[in-house]
Amino acid sequence: MYSPVVMDHFKNPRNVGVIENPDGVGTVGNPVCGDLMTVYIKVENDIIVDVKFQTFGCAAAIATSSMITEMAKGKHVDEALKITRQNVADNLGGLPPVKMHCSNLAADALHLAIKDYYKKRKGVDIEVEVHPEDHTH
Amino acid sequence: MVKPRIYFDNSATTMVAPEVVEAMLPYYTQYYGNASSLHTFGQEAKKALEESRAKVAALINAQPDEIIFTGGGTESDNIAIKGIAYRNRTKGKHIITSSIEHPAVLETCRALEKEGFELTYVRVSSEGIVDTQELERSIRKDTILITVMHSNNEIGTIQPVEEIGEIAARHGIPFHTDAVQSAGKIKIDVKAQHIDLLTLTAHKIHGPKGVGALYIRKGIQLQPIIHGGGHEKGLRSSTENVAGVVGFGKACEIAATNLEANADHMRKLRERAIEGVLASIEASYLNGHRTQRLPNNANFRFTGIEGESLVLMLDEAGFATSTGSACSSHKLQPSHVLMALGLRHEEAHGSLRVTFSRYNTEAEVDLFLQTLPGIVGELRKISPLWNRR
Ligand SMILES: Cc1ncc(COP(=O)(O)O)c(C=O)c1O
Repeated sequence: MYSPVVMDHFKNPRNVGVIENPDGVGTVGNPVCGDLMTVYIKVENDIIVDVKFQTFGCAAAIATSSMITEMAKGKHVDEALKITRQNVADNLGGLPPVKMHCSNLAADALHLAIKDYYKKRKGVDIEVEVHPEDHTH
Repeated sequence: MVKPRIYFDNSATTMVAPEVVEAMLPYYTQYYGNASSLHTFGQEAKKALEESRAKVAALINAQPDEIIFTGGGTESDNIAIKGIAYRNRTKGKHIITSSIEHPAVLETCRALEKEGFELTYVRVSSEGIVDTQELERSIRKDTILITVMHSNNEIGTIQPVEEIGEIAARHGIPFHTDAVQSAGKIKIDVKAQHIDLLTLTAHKIHGPKGVGALYIRKGIQLQPIIHGGGHEKGLRSSTENVAGVVGFGKACEIAATNLEANADHMRKLRERAIEGVLASIEASYLNGHRTQRLPNNANFRFTGIEGESLVLMLDEAGFATSTGSACSSHKLQPSHVLMALGLRHEEAHGSLRVTFSRYNTEAEVDLFLQTLPGIVGELRKISPLWNRR
């Protein structure tokens, strides 16, 4: 059902945990559909220097969370905003169709964390791409 | 350590017993006739078919001529429920069922609803037992069928079948029960339990897949939903799956002979698993009834953990189990059975079903008990629900 990369990230998730005093936090999902994830970022000079996550959900939800932390780390926040759900799925070697929507929320969580960073550290509101309709099955 | 290969998903399907395979083989290569044929080949097949019918009947205290063979549990449920509904549609259009039926019953009822039949889905207690008072209250003048499962496939609760049978008999309403999960684990007696129609399938009792049976009490009339050559009293036309039926008969014979010893064995494993899990893992719970449950079923939930992750981690460790979590199926809703118990969504997503067979051992359960707490702990480390408690 899952690609070897998904299984690897599921079994050995990278960057699990919480960042104390983060520069940004993003939470998406809903226990109703069985997925809930939070992404924490630490930012220096607009570069994401650390990312951590916690996720309640299926293997796809855990693997996408783990993958997004690897993809975001070291990137400029504006570059990280360009990471899409499709990029995450592609880097994981694909996801089963049924999981593309319900469990592929990590990009949204990262975008919300960056939005939170802009608000908190720069006092600016920015628009980010999220898919609220997929969070409330 | 070498990865074990332990099968704890016996409510999904079971290993075919070696004796069953052995009984079936000659009917593929030697006695392969069509049971409708006049020649010797056909008569050999016919004889095997009828001997098997008697064995299936004996498991549930029925007469052989009250059994028809089908293509499985789903098909038996459809033949029974639609057969009664269509046959009696001029008499009434009301059907009573429960909120925790297997999809084979639930979706059949929903399909009938779309055709204009009216359904009542009787609720269950928080332990998963059908409320018989509510069931009796919901009976109407135009009620034509009551269908309530003998025992539940997810949480293993044994339903008050005899009481429901009495209620149905008192009101003169046919009573169908899906006993797919009960067979071979608890006693089924269609006479004592006032059952008019009963569904069985071979693959849950160490028989082959794709063979089932429907018990139809003498005098109960069904409208056929499958038309053809008129096999199985015109209710299930199609050349009989003789080898499969022979395997089913053998599986029933073994199940009936060793029913109590096997049940005791499975109950020991179940109790060992339940006690071990609840004692060693904090915030772990048993879903369903503590005692009124199938001897082979344990169903847990663990705060902060989603079921699919748990099942996959256990599989990595060598244990085959299952979950009612939506994420592992093709739907996005969590199990309707766990929701019917009144669980919250995140609880309903976190179930782990462990189901034993007569082939499982205490050593396997002990290995499981050594493995599970570590996996639960790992998943909880990742979980925001656990860490935010
Ligand atoms: C309670 C119940 N009814 C019906 C079925 C369907 O049986 P089958 O797979 O033989 O169609 C199952 C098995 O999945 C079951 O557990």
